[in-house]
Amino acid sequence: MTRWVMVADLNRCVGCQTCTAACRHANATPPGVQWRRVLDMEFGTYPDVQRAFVPTGCQHCDDPPCAKVCPTTATRKRPDGIVTIDYDLCIGCAYCSVACPYDARSRTLKPTFAYGRPTDDEATRRNDARIGVATKCTFCVDRIDDGLASGRKPGVDPEATPACVNSCIASALAFGDIDDPESNVSTLLAENRHFRMHEELGTGPGFYYLWDRAVDDDDATPGRGDPA
Amino acid sequence: MTAAAPLQRSWDARAAANFVFGGAGAGAIVAAACAGGPGIRPPVILLGLVLVATGLALVATELGRPLRALHVFFHLGGSWMSREALAATLLVPAAIAAVFGVPGAQWVAAVLAAAFVLSQAAMLKAAYGIPAWRAPFVVALIVATALTEGSGIVLVAASWRGELSALLTVAVGALALVRAVVWLLYRRALAAIGANDARDALTGAGRFLLAAGTAVPLALAVVATSGVGESGVRIAAALAGVLAAAGGVFAKYALVTRAGFRQAYALAHLPVRGARLARGR
Repeated sequence: MTRWVMVADLNRCVGCQTCTAACRHANATPPGVQWRRVLDMEFGTYPDVQRAFVPTGCQHCDDPPCAKVCPTTATRKRPDGIVTIDYDLCIGCAYCSVACPYDARSRTLKPTFAYGRPTDDEATRRNDARIGVATKCTFCVDRIDDGLASGRKPGVDPEATPACVNSCIASALAFGDIDDPESNVSTLLAENRHFRMHEELGTGPGFYYLWDRAVDDDDATPGRGDPA
Repeated sequence: MTAAAPLQRSWDARAAANFVFGGAGAGAIVAAACAGGPGIRPPVILLGLVLVATGLALVATELGRPLRALHVFFHLGGSWMSREALAATLLVPAAIAAVFGVPGAQWVAAVLAAAFVLSQAAMLKAAYGIPAWRAPFVVALIVATALTEGSGIVLVAASWRGELSALLTVAVGALALVRAVVWLLYRRALAAIGANDARDALTGAGRFLLAAGTAVPLALAVVATSGVGESGVRIAAALAGVLAAAGGVFAKYALVTRAGFRQAYALAHLPVRGARLARGR
């Protein structure tokens, strides 16, 4: 089997937002809608403070609450773990939005453009099928499917890899098949300590965060995932 | 067309109206079937059906693609919203049959109304992105508010038609008390799971529920059952019914619109700066 996941290295991310721009460019999302976001989070109180840049978006969960609640079956999970939305089935009830613990879904009620009137690019790439329905990160599923069809390997070949991962200037984002023990993401997870957000909710996110190198730690098992 | 994207990531007053009107209407149908006399059962069931339809009509305006509304029935096996829609659809003919006095129809309508309320409660419980909605006691709260509001409507109708009974008055008072207890348990559960913003957002509505929706109706119920003259009893019972019905309105409205804080982002661990440099990586 194949299970596509994304890995974000919190030690590498510099918060440049290049991935969010690349996502916007690749997916032509309207103003205010970011399928790939990078949070700028601050922790602690002065002078003991810390800052972290946290890429986030749809976590493509093993047990997605959005798919469970969807009354139309527009939201589904593919066998490879990617959670999809059928824009022709969705009625735009926003139930999936309130069911998602990761705030990953948006619904745009009217066509909107960056400068009021559509630019040439916006006019060309306008997709009215996305108006009034739920939208979210797709892991650039079209790139993955087209890449696989042409013999490319997602996560390795840029043509078959999500745009955000391709664009990352710090190699903080990685994409691959976690069921393949030799894949890039499996290697990263084996060599680093990692966690998934809100793991206690039992959604099984397909988005891992690396936070420390585990190999030399006395008290750490390499690749151990720490429950939240 | 504007540059500002009209986004919606949460439910608003229209969705809250479905819980307010739908809960009260379905509760009224259940209460009318259980406790309504022959003179008040048809009008109360009709009113209940109108309330349910009003709630659904309002929430339908929130749909991004209303012309596809029939798609709501596509996931009966998993989605409580689909089940709510099915229960409401089946409720229409059953309630109309009950209004026209078809034998047994009021019980079918009551079962479907109960299914509608349970579906609404389960809808909130399944919304994982909102801690205040997936909190313990939320299902009991939605059910208790619906039954209390519905029985309050029946009490008002019974006062109006002169079909009051001490048992009905006591039942409304008891339901208001149960609703208050469930409300307090729910508030405690919110604190236990750390949903303090939601708890604070519900404070005002909670005070109204406990005072105007519980304490006053209880006092009026005592007055109504203590023999203060027929007109006095009817006025006290009617007021108790109105307040019992209104007590949960603000609570449910606040629950959907004010307490719907999203699950915040959280990191189980912070990145360890410099760890790799120290190891020469």
